[in-house]
Amino acid sequence: MTSQAMSGFWSLWISVITLGVIAFCWWLLYGNRKTDTAQAANGEVETTGHAADGIEEYDNPLPRWWFLMFVTTIVFGLCYLALYPGLGNFKGLLNWSSTGQWEDEMAHAEEFYAPIFDQYAQIDVQTLANDPDAMQVANRLYQNNCAVCHGSSARGGYGFPNLTNNSWLYGGDVETIRHTIINGRNGLMPPWVDMLGDEGVDTMSHYVLSLSGLEHDAAKVQEAAPMFQAICSSCHGSDGKGSAAMGIDSIGAPDLTANTWLYQQPGESVYDSVSYTLRHGRNGLMPAQARYLDYGVELPANLDSLTPKEKAELMPKLHLVTAYIYSLNQGK
Amino acid sequence: MKHEIVEKNVGLMMVLILVVISFGGLAEITPLFFQDSTTKPVEGLKPLNALEIEGRDIYVREGCYTCHSQMIRPFRAETERYGNYSVAGEFVYDHPFQWGSKRTGPDLARVGGRYSDDWHYAHLFNPRDVVPESVMPAYSWMNYQVMDGSNTATKMQRLRVLGVPYTDEDIAGAKDFVNGKTEMDAVVAYLQQLGTVLKDTR
Repeated sequence: MTSQAMSGFWSLWISVITLGVIAFCWWLLYGNRKTDTAQAANGEVETTGHAADGIEEYDNPLPRWWFLMFVTTIVFGLCYLALYPGLGNFKGLLNWSSTGQWEDEMAHAEEFYAPIFDQYAQIDVQTLANDPDAMQVANRLYQNNCAVCHGSSARGGYGFPNLTNNSWLYGGDVETIRHTIINGRNGLMPPWVDMLGDEGVDTMSHYVLSLSGLEHDAAKVQEAAPMFQAICSSCHGSDGKGSAAMGIDSIGAPDLTANTWLYQQPGESVYDSVSYTLRHGRNGLMPAQARYLDYGVELPANLDSLTPKEKAELMPKLHLVTAYIYSLNQGK
Repeated sequence: MKHEIVEKNVGLMMVLILVVISFGGLAEITPLFFQDSTTKPVEGLKPLNALEIEGRDIYVREGCYTCHSQMIRPFRAETERYGNYSVAGEFVYDHPFQWGSKRTGPDLARVGGRYSDDWHYAHLFNPRDVVPESVMPAYSWMNYQVMDGSNTATKMQRLRVLGVPYTDEDIAGAKDFVNGKTEMDAVVAYLQQLGTVLKDTR
């Protein structure tokens, strides 16, 4: 980061103008000060001589309280310049800076909150998931960081997985959830229309419908079956159950037998959704969240070889969110 | 000098007013033109590419800055939510900068990379589809506005005059780069680069 300091010339420039203007105000105030009330011989106060529509103006001095207010502003200004950085490179007697204030604030919060999070980091996910206080903290973290895509109730939406139905693209065990949150995910399916052709897309869509027992054309299913084994099974498995069983190493190929359709728009038929997917492919991306959740965390090169507890200590907030996601799927 | 003289000569009064108010600017603004922290880009800062420039202009056209700021202040509440606080060196290629001054929606200074492209498309098309609580207007028509890039090179030339280091190739390729893309593509490209240069300092 570039230095905040300025050259001596500009430091002097600012100081001379600032103090010069204050001195000028002081001179203006005192140079024009008028203390006596001009009185005419008959005891009447003299007017300034202005007259507008018969209204005249007494030539009185500035009221004392008013004058003193001006003096106060000058004194205040000088005190401020002594305490805070206002004169070029002079940092002020308080040594205040906006970034310094931020660092203090962060350190103070760390002192206050770190023990709470450290305490949670010592507790395993299954226990945390049943701790209402911990889950309340975790819910706040979820709402701030995850709800934008997965929804405030975690039920997801078009293209954004539902986190409450115990249906997983990458596996729902604790360490897989943690891995997903730390590193993000990218589930990519290429478009297949070039290989399948329009007719192939149609028959394959029927095959996919048949996998979860939805209404389909049996003849088309039979036609597409060898093609499914040749092309689709390498990711979705020969039984269409997807790659979630691979856990951490899953490539995110969905289970086609579960009748859960990530890319079904409201009002869209499953057939339309599936054939669109076959035609155009899909690219589901979840960005890595470790740095968003645990501000300033440095991920070590050997991250994958750390124990769950070490990961929890390294990323206590992410640990809580992991527990939250885990808790949403219990009893389902 | 008598006060009366100043009061009765409007021209003189105007000149003296200008002299008085110029002192504030001389002390507070002028030095910023000569400081490294405000004139030098932060390390790794790249000028917006042709598509992002168009996105920036649509961002301005639609008045996004009236509800979204692009300036994270050094307060814990902001850095916890949005990421590292903004520094002047991130904005040296912005003409004009999009700091904004009001947050009806969240700050966008570091929104780049935080959500997927798909999320941005869905969200701009209809914010309620992904954030049911959102009060942001939908910008669905941008999906159907195809750009030809005929003005992009001119924009980049003007920005180069203002000190943005575009190369001749950048400018020569601008039209083809933008041609055929939708306004939605441009806005998403613009949003996805916001604040990414200092992303890892947090």
